[in-house]
Amino acid sequence: MFKQAWAICKKDLNSEIRTRYAVNSLLMFIIVVISVIRFSLGEEKITSEMNAGLLWIIIFFSTSNGLSRVFVSEEERGTSLVLKLTACSQSVILGKLIFNTILTFIINFLIIFLYIIITGLEIKNTGLFSLIVTLGNLGLSSVLTIIAALISKANSKATLYPVLAFPLLLPLLLAAISATTLTIDGAPFGSISGEVQMIVSFTIVVVTASFLLFEFVWND
Amino acid sequence: MSGEFKIKAVNLTRKFDRRTIFENVNFEINSGSAIAITGKNGSGKSTLIKIISNLLSQSSGSIDLYENNNKVKRENIFRYIGFVSPYLNLYDEFSGFENLKLISNIRGEGHNNIDLVLQKVGLYQRRNDLLKIYSSGMKQRLKIAFAILHNPQILLMDEPTSNLDHDGVSIVDNITDEYKINKIVIIATNDEHERSLCSSDINLNDSSNQKINGE
Repeated sequence: MFKQAWAICKKDLNSEIRTRYAVNSLLMFIIVVISVIRFSLGEEKITSEMNAGLLWIIIFFSTSNGLSRVFVSEEERGTSLVLKLTACSQSVILGKLIFNTILTFIINFLIIFLYIIITGLEIKNTGLFSLIVTLGNLGLSSVLTIIAALISKANSKATLYPVLAFPLLLPLLLAAISATTLTIDGAPFGSISGEVQMIVSFTIVVVTASFLLFEFVWND
Repeated sequence: MSGEFKIKAVNLTRKFDRRTIFENVNFEINSGSAIAITGKNGSGKSTLIKIISNLLSQSSGSIDLYENNNKVKRENIFRYIGFVSPYLNLYDEFSGFENLKLISNIRGEGHNNIDLVLQKVGLYQRRNDLLKIYSSGMKQRLKIAFAILHNPQILLMDEPTSNLDHDGVSIVDNITDEYKINKIVIIATNDEHERSLCSSDINLNDSSNQKINGE
């Protein structure tokens, strides 16, 4: 199953490199949003709560902009049958999840890098900040992957995606924003252990549910 | 995967919402036979072929694949099936060779067979061209290559000769003749030539439906 999943992920990576379906629109979105934030802030200093909130807002909208492509493009181009005829459903969801996770990491690295450069954000506990962003990424990609599968056969995909994703991601986003705020201020691990537990449990539940439910979503 | 195979359908019915596409279809097809699924437009030929390949589920009734009289799990049926259809598309951004290579990778198979299959469908010289510059006939040939790449026990083809030139039609004829010796070939069609490749029919417009024994 892992070998098949990796082959599917590699296929998606090669496809993305050639077509740049997601990357181009995401890059533009990230640059525009961060520039708008910079211009609207001016010289004003903002609190760590606001920084954390803004960061996760950008991350949420960027990822919900790009991660649906994994299933939507397969359905739109009529290539989903190829996957249905060559791999079991578990391999497909795992492959897509790995691809989306890699894409999320790349997107979020760019977002944080540009955000720090443009706003001059200072993070006092970089290690824990990275941990929270990493765990948040895993949670985000797991939720957005299964939702992408759900909406890929619907008519108004672009509208449905953030509408379905937001309520599901709300617990994760609240925990991630709270923990990010604390890590920007330099809090130790003890202060964010509750949020870490919450994010990890959330991700495990979503991944497990995805694997159990995907077969029903994937097959008509 | 070289034993005796059998597909058995009992009272197979498919409805979309309240509309019945076909109902109480019964057939049994054994290795070494070629069957045509025929019927008017909208009679459910493509739907039936999708149900056989487990791409769609039936509304009622049962359909099972047996290998040496042992039932194959529905989720594993794709391993035994080669599928050609107008609504199946391969990846435009890859070349013909790359498409077959990535499909072999996903199936966890080697690449030894790819050149042979491309030669069989007459695409070897154009194997490195991107699919987006293939003509519709060349794409159809590549779909046939995709279907036979893993040497399946059951070959399902929905209008296989559409878009094909004379040479392409001969390729379908040769593959059908080769497969129907000891495997199962099912063709959904109304084309007289495609029907002539098969030994018997499942006519979805025939209300006295349908007891086919592939021999």
